[in-house]
Amino acid sequence: MDTKVTLPAGEKAKIAVRDLNFYYGKFHALKHIGLDIPERKVTAFIGPSGCGKSTLLRTFNRMFELYPDQRAEGEINVDGQNILERKEDVSLIRAKIGMVFQKPTPFPMSIYDNIAFGVRLFERLPRVEMDERVEWALKKAALWNEVKDKLGQSGSGLSGGQQQRLCIARGIAIKPEVLLLDEPCSALDPISTGKIEELITELKADYTVVIVTHNMQQAARVSDYTAYMYLGDLIEFGPTSELFMKPKKRDTEDYITGRFG
Amino acid sequence: MTEKHLSSQFDVELSGISNRVLEMGGLVEAQVSQAVYALSEFSGETAAQVLRQEERVNQLEVDIDRDLSAIIARRQPTARDLRLLIAVSRTIANLERCGDEAARIARAVERLVNSGVPTRMRLPVGDLRFEADLAIASLRNALDAFARLDTAKALDVLKHDDQIDVEFDGLLRKLITYMMEDPRTISSSIDLIFVAKAIERVGDHAKNLAEAVIYVVKGTDVRHHSVADVEDVVR
Repeated sequence: MDTKVTLPAGEKAKIAVRDLNFYYGKFHALKHIGLDIPERKVTAFIGPSGCGKSTLLRTFNRMFELYPDQRAEGEINVDGQNILERKEDVSLIRAKIGMVFQKPTPFPMSIYDNIAFGVRLFERLPRVEMDERVEWALKKAALWNEVKDKLGQSGSGLSGGQQQRLCIARGIAIKPEVLLLDEPCSALDPISTGKIEELITELKADYTVVIVTHNMQQAARVSDYTAYMYLGDLIEFGPTSELFMKPKKRDTEDYITGRFG
Repeated sequence: MTEKHLSSQFDVELSGISNRVLEMGGLVEAQVSQAVYALSEFSGETAAQVLRQEERVNQLEVDIDRDLSAIIARRQPTARDLRLLIAVSRTIANLERCGDEAARIARAVERLVNSGVPTRMRLPVGDLRFEADLAIASLRNALDAFARLDTAKALDVLKHDDQIDVEFDGLLRKLITYMMEDPRTISSSIDLIFVAKAIERVGDHAKNLAEAVIYVVKGTDVRHHSVADVEDVVR
């Protein structure tokens, strides 16, 4: 099933996926996926466990290449450039397309260095500018006020919600264009979740955000577009308000209304 | 609802609220029928009975509204479930107003009876009865359509609304003629105009109910659309 989707007028595709197939060894995990991720919008992937939503997210920065036996075929065009082509430099792709994982993964170093570490890989900044960049990223991630007096302390001393915002700050410090969030709130309490969701809404002014979430209500709250996936197929993709109010496919309706299974 | 939710409790809550809407609908339908019966029989007693029912209808509306809010808060419904609950909200508001119209008719009957108008003094009560039968049938069909989520039946209700409007216009002309011919009928004719208008409003509420049913099933808001447009949606 080719589910090529055209975006409404006025939306520009930041990532254009065309006939994407993905394999874990012999297992065909993504089947002929085609969709456009709109620029500076939040796109959510939802679906039951094992539907391929995280797999799809991880193809966007070639994260899967860290594992043997995993391969992707097809096209993932970011600004028209197919990032699946070998010649594309993976570290440049990942600088352009940042990622935040389900469990907060602060580096075992100070809060300041957590942010500065990635930046140093790509830029040589004078101390003052680096300070500014760290402050900027922490402010963007709505964490600055909570950590500004303890930048030298270890990042792992923060609460789970703070750690996750630290990871988001780290992700945006290198000024990527796309931010991939893989269930960023599943390990967090409702207050921290609320803060991250608020942050996601603010981030879309500057970034294209793609979020994978198990929490349907979260997808409904934060995203502009939603893709529903099932068993490696993209079942339906469209504006979130439409998908949750009047889905086109019966399968989508059954899933979002809890009639699944 | 056709298939069941993973949460059977959610199914219980949804079917519970639908049943109470139908209970309220049945009550209101009886209220309107009784009010019209009170008119054709000039029965102040039946009219008083209609007025006594009002409290019960109002209470049902409040109760259903409360349950509705609770379901939305606890279940965060989506798609068809959400549309059903929105439709329930619209439906009970319309039913409550139908009840108000029944009460309006009942009060007019009480006035007519108390004013000592000679029983059935050459007033076109029979024509009113005809208009009322159409409106009550519409209300009943709309409730049936809601119970079965039957869009074809809902569409029928929309198609028949014109007929009620035509009847109302005819009645109005007739009553004006009565008043011109015999000014003594002016006071009671005005009361009958109120009644005719109330009946016509019942038809309008039935139409709103039918539109809500189409919204639940098809996901398209067909309010303020022509019948031809709605036919396209339902097909």
